[in-house]
Amino acid sequence: MTGWSHHLIIAPILVPLVVAALLLFFDERQRVVKAMISLASTLILVAVSLALLRIESGPNDFDGVYLLGNWAAPFGIVLVLDALSALMLLLTALLSVAALVFSLARWHAVGAHFHTMFQLLLVGLNGAFLTGDLFNLFVFFEVMLAASYGLLLHGSGPLRVKAGMHYIAVNLAAALLFLIGVSLIYGTAGTLNMADLAARIPDIEPDRRMLMEAGAGVLGIAFLIKAGMWPLCFWLPTAYSAASAPVAGIFAIMSKLGIYIILRLTMLLFGDGPSAGFGADVLLYGGIATIIFGTIGVLASQALGRLAGFSVLVSSGTLLMVLGINDGAISSGALLYLVSSTLTISAFFMLIELVERGQDAGAIVLAVTMEAYGDADEDEPEEGEGVTMPGTMAILGICFAACGILLSGLPPLSGFIAKFAMLSAMMGTGAIGVPPTATVWILVTLVILSGIAALISMTRAGIRTFWSSLEGTVPRVLVIEIVPVMFLLFLTLALTVQAGPAMQYMDTTIRSLSNPRIYIDAVRNAAVVPDYDGVSSTNTGSN
Amino acid sequence: MELVLATAIGVMTGCGVWLILRPRTYQVIVGLSLLSYAVNLFIFGVGGVKTNVPPILVDGVPNSTLADPVPQALVLTAIVIGFATTALFLVVLLASRGLTGTDHVDGRNEPK
Repeated sequence: MTGWSHHLIIAPILVPLVVAALLLFFDERQRVVKAMISLASTLILVAVSLALLRIESGPNDFDGVYLLGNWAAPFGIVLVLDALSALMLLLTALLSVAALVFSLARWHAVGAHFHTMFQLLLVGLNGAFLTGDLFNLFVFFEVMLAASYGLLLHGSGPLRVKAGMHYIAVNLAAALLFLIGVSLIYGTAGTLNMADLAARIPDIEPDRRMLMEAGAGVLGIAFLIKAGMWPLCFWLPTAYSAASAPVAGIFAIMSKLGIYIILRLTMLLFGDGPSAGFGADVLLYGGIATIIFGTIGVLASQALGRLAGFSVLVSSGTLLMVLGINDGAISSGALLYLVSSTLTISAFFMLIELVERGQDAGAIVLAVTMEAYGDADEDEPEEGEGVTMPGTMAILGICFAACGILLSGLPPLSGFIAKFAMLSAMMGTGAIGVPPTATVWILVTLVILSGIAALISMTRAGIRTFWSSLEGTVPRVLVIEIVPVMFLLFLTLALTVQAGPAMQYMDTTIRSLSNPRIYIDAVRNAAVVPDYDGVSSTNTGSN
Repeated sequence: MELVLATAIGVMTGCGVWLILRPRTYQVIVGLSLLSYAVNLFIFGVGGVKTNVPPILVDGVPNSTLADPVPQALVLTAIVIGFATTALFLVVLLASRGLTGTDHVDGRNEPK
């Protein structure tokens, strides 16, 4: 745990931060240089997060705690790397490479400072995944949000400005709730360090406990807004579908950040003791409401962008529901689902832009009208004998079909494996003796129904886009635009082939999460680094 | 002292919530500012309300007469972040006004 590998923990924050600052020195006209630096940064992040994942799951005594400023745990701010944060870091890095490469085709050139904001978004995301301190989490959250405001507005236009304004207003209000929650927790527990907080919670007296729980509840609302739980989710489909394609691609991980923090904090703070299971009902019923709302939205959306936006909600709802049950085996299936659905939705957002490029703005509305009023294109003259589907359309079609399969959870891709893992775990609880409860039946039904809805909606959209295209123009798609989409879809394929090891990793992750003592002890026992001259650091002194 | 602080927080929160539910962007931004003032005072309050005591450890001074320094540090960070995001929101608000010609939050006036 000593040496350079220990300092690697801070690299996912430092690298994009330094690169973001560096990029400001280059003029917007030096676009190629900026793009190369930015790309290099994301590639380094992939390498670093792979290394961290390998170190973390290695057999050695790596505790994964990094003391910023070399102060002992409850006093200084700590970064904590465990199996869950290593997984999220890797997922973020992979998505960022895909989204960045996609943006190089045209999107990074439509406005100023795209790469800087992109890197700052990564700083915020990675920091939020790594931090072990509630207020530090707020700071990284705000870094991420500030960058996301800029990215959402990237490309401008009335629709983006309108969606951006709603998004900013909602998130500013959420940030205030975040602060109220954090300060209530500090006021009652007297600490902001997550591990220290978890250790202190059992000792809080009952009258203060109520305030602490109120604080945790308010804090939870801030994360649920980010995760998009009904009824806090109405901004999400509009904002995500208004964002430019690569931005929406990376935004797919942002809603998962909310899920991540809720998972982390509930497992850590409310795993056992007098406050055990706090908020589980809210997550369960909120998740159910979200998945119903998302499913209806998926069925009702005509534009592909909104369809993808509502798919985010379905995915969030499924995850929240599982968090509400808080059962080990189901949760590890849900983690696999989280990875799979994030990759899918990110790929889907980018694919949508490519697919829709061939159509003019009115085409969708026209297609809908024609669908409603019968087959108006029946007597449309055929353009020629044996028109072969060009390569572009074929590849786009295959990718679209893969997205459909993944979203609806059909075999053979990872969407199926993940849903199967969750559903079999849900049903498996009954095999031991007690039959599945009514709640479990509702969950199983909802997961399957949401899959069917996604299938119906994707099929309808696919037929309209690929088979009955009114324009017949083939969109001009560059290789660097389709490759990221295929890369993400390939990752889901890899996840399917390697489902065994992947599930094993998720199981280990959930097991370590459900034993918060490991996390608490690691943070509390993290030793400060002595000075180079061998004398114990002054920081450990009498203060 | 506590009563004054609590009343101030309550009044500002009430006004802020009412204002962010209004349809004009200017009202929303004033509401958000008021809310953030209220939240800043609230953070300040959780450290305990004390007057004329320093947040610094001095030899010979008992701990009970100290002000808690952590909420002060938190509130400073919160002020800076809140200020920056409000300024950003102001820019978006102006952009929206320029693009749509109205200051309605949805970019259009509802039919009368």
